Amino acid sequence: MIQPPAIPEIIQLIPLKSYLILSTALFVIGIIGVLTRRNAIVIFMSVELMLNSVNLLLIAFSSYRSDPTGQVFVFFIMAVAAAEVAVGLAIIVMIYRNTRTIDINFLKKLKG
Amino acid sequence: MNPTLSFFYFLSFLTILSAIMVVVSRSPIHSVLYLILTFFCLSGHYILLNAQFLAAVNIIVYAGAIMVLFLFVIMFLNMKEEEEKFRGNVTKIAAAIVGGTIFIILFGAYRKTQVGTYNPYEFKSQTGMVESLGMVLFRDYLLPFELASVLFLIAMVGAVMLGKREIGERHF
Repeated sequence: MIQPPAIPEIIQLIPLKSYLILSTALFVIGIIGVLTRRNAIVIFMSVELMLNSVNLLLIAFSSYRSDPTGQVFVFFIMAVAAAEVAVGLAIIVMIYRNTRTIDINFLKKLKG
Repeated sequence: MNPTLSFFYFLSFLTILSAIMVVVSRSPIHSVLYLILTFFCLSGHYILLNAQFLAAVNIIVYAGAIMVLFLFVIMFLNMKEEEEKFRGNVTKIAAAIVGGTIFIILFGAYRKTQVGTYNPYEFKSQTGMVESLGMVLFRDYLLPFELASVLFLIAMVGAVMLGKREIGERHF
């Protein structure tokens, strides 16, 4: 019989479905945050939470199936998130400078 | 109980708790601090999953760079004492219904799904290390990697252009 390679204990003990449920819970918390908060910065943080839940799921699948491609995708998601946060926070700073508030209920001017 | 198992459950509990605190805490500063805690918990999950490289990158990029940017902007805008008014109860209930429905739908889908598990004979424990990730990143995904640098250049130019003060515009 072939000796199986060293498998981390967590992968032997925890089924993949636990990670599915954990990352779904994080994603739903992010959705609720986006829908309930009015502060633009907190909405941004909730979006980061959703991105991170997807990262966790990609890493879990990639580790369980020992396929490094999923982790490379997480790398790209992190790069895109960094660029998104830089531009988004610049937009928020600009909005604050012009309207003195970052309450999104105040930003209805595009509504027809 | 097995220590690894209890550590996993403790870490998951802490992750969910701090994520909830991000959403419910009143001051944005507290939200940022709880978000940093969430990111550290997620890095712990990555280490448990044997993805050491991404655990380090997660701490450096998210907890190090992005969260500092958030903190900087919050202190810049001086919103510490400006307690935001929460939305009405209708919005809260609607958001809870939407979130709960998505969770229940996905949960029901998972119950019927075969997600598969690890293959004990083809398992490679070096998957999450720098070497194997670098092989994939610089061989198969070289073009997206280079395009990411273009994306960063565009983001940098855009952020500088948006943040620049026009003539006649007021200071903070």
